[in-house]
Amino acid sequence: MTIINFTPISSVIGGLLIGLAVIIFFIGNGRIAGVSGITNNFLFSKINRLDNFLFLLGIILGPLLYRFFTGTTIPFVIDSSLILLVSAGLLVGVGTAIGGGCTSGHGVCGISRFSSRSIVATLLFMFAAIITVYVKGMI
Amino acid sequence: MNRFCSLFSGLIFGLGLTISGMTNPEKVINFLNVARSWDPSLAFVMIGAILVSAPFFYLVKNKNKPLFAESFSWPTLKEIDSKLIIGSLLFGIGWGLIGLCPGPAIASISLIHHSSFTFILAMLAGFSLVRAYNLIN
Repeated sequence: MTIINFTPISSVIGGLLIGLAVIIFFIGNGRIAGVSGITNNFLFSKINRLDNFLFLLGIILGPLLYRFFTGTTIPFVIDSSLILLVSAGLLVGVGTAIGGGCTSGHGVCGISRFSSRSIVATLLFMFAAIITVYVKGMI
Repeated sequence: MNRFCSLFSGLIFGLGLTISGMTNPEKVINFLNVARSWDPSLAFVMIGAILVSAPFFYLVKNKNKPLFAESFSWPTLKEIDSKLIIGSLLFGIGWGLIGLCPGPAIASISLIHHSSFTFILAMLAGFSLVRAYNLIN
């Protein structure tokens, strides 16, 4: 194993900001900032629909604000295979809906609350993702 | 005020994802590629986030009311059931296939990339499938 493209400082700064966003959303609105749940609720529930929309809009505006102030382009390199994109999207949608959370809801908020459910969920999705990348790399 | 709070918190969230480089699926794949060439950055993002939110959740535990809403919505589920296990495994497989999870996927809408739109539509279809299944059963 070799270490590549490691950006510890910007990662920690970005992480601190995500933690701050979690705090603001909870102390202000009393809700957990889990992106899969908020997106799901925005689609199907009338409760807090405007708040859910504004939170998601904020996430979308984040990269634009960054680009506006720094003038740098934001890299986005992705496997563009249609079948992979559709399967991945479906699995992420179905999986987070059944499992009740994603990297933000379980991985950040849940672990921060020392929730055993979220710790198990995070270990499982990390494990599954690592195996998937490993297997995909062999094909 | 709660409207402003939602938008502001989303904005900070999106900025955090961008600054940390997590909006780039390639960087996420490099984190998951532990066995070959590894980029540990994503772990540092999570540690950074947890470092600030864990003490906060501990301190707020005995408070009874948020600033702009009636009550705190603490997650109520406690049991580690098959839904949690199966759902998390499926999510992990999808995440590993492309390197996008819901947060960065939503943030990437502003980057206007057709692959990101395809992924998001499929993800919303996934939400709808589970929703339809739950309504039938």
